[in-house]
Amino acid sequence: MKFGIITFPGSNCDYDAYRAVVEAIGQEAVYLWHKDHDLQGSEVIVLPGGFSYGDYLRAGAIARFSPIMREVVAHAGRGAPVVAICNGFQIACEAGLLPGALLRNESLKFVCAPIGLRVENTSTLFTNGYHENQVITLPIAHGDGRYSADDETLDRLEGEGQVAFRYVPNRNRPGDSCNPNGSMRDIAGIVNEGGNVLGMMPHPERAVDPLLGAPDGLPLFESILHRVHA
Amino acid sequence: MSRYKIAVQVVPRRGLLDPQGKAVADALHSLGFSNVASVYVGRHMVLEVEAADEGTAREQTNRMCAQLLANPVTEDFEIASVLSA
Repeated sequence: MKFGIITFPGSNCDYDAYRAVVEAIGQEAVYLWHKDHDLQGSEVIVLPGGFSYGDYLRAGAIARFSPIMREVVAHAGRGAPVVAICNGFQIACEAGLLPGALLRNESLKFVCAPIGLRVENTSTLFTNGYHENQVITLPIAHGDGRYSADDETLDRLEGEGQVAFRYVPNRNRPGDSCNPNGSMRDIAGIVNEGGNVLGMMPHPERAVDPLLGAPDGLPLFESILHRVHA
Repeated sequence: MSRYKIAVQVVPRRGLLDPQGKAVADALHSLGFSNVASVYVGRHMVLEVEAADEGTAREQTNRMCAQLLANPVTEDFEIASVLSA
């Protein structure tokens, strides 16, 4: 399966995503520059983390207008999988692929730490490799991760099973507050109505190798393979 | 065509938590300005726009705000002033 990894000026997790796809799950990956107009046959798109366009105006606001995003939005519209991580999540919200917005962390601090998450829905394209209610640890690294939406949207996300991941207390650091950024209803990751676009602030692509700690991000990439090959 | 200097204000929507505004309000309180009820920190942008008339310039600026300068999910915007440049 071919993964297309979008690189914007300021992306910095594109290589981690590439490595997760090529080395951890043994699939093909290609970098797609933000000025490209062609997804080069990619089936799965990854919008990686970083600081596209220096986070000018708002995180993700400018990247949304990159030429490649027109192709990504059309691809998502056809039901193709899109994994939007961290800055990618911010871009996906700005582009209207996902509801809501990501605002400045409540603490006003950039938070870089392993964080506890509960998999809220294991039937999605991206989470079917996890056990029900499984608690995992993934790294986060962001300053603008406070998920916000109106109550009606939040109710709909919860009612339709679109909340994929929620922040929970980390078993390794039980004293820490579990919600690192003030996200509404502790939401860390969501899927769109069609279930083919995932947005999440934590970094699964940085947790695919036991050498770097618990490889809790690996089942996410494997989930995509299971479902698409099924 | 005339040139207009248009000032736009974008502020976090009332009711949404604005931690920056809250931090600034707390600092003002500690300076003794206890009468400050709330602070919202937003952005002030100045655009120079060529347009046939002021109405057209305003209408275009409103569309710019709705499409890019403000996030309709979390922010409100208003045109603070329009001057002939």
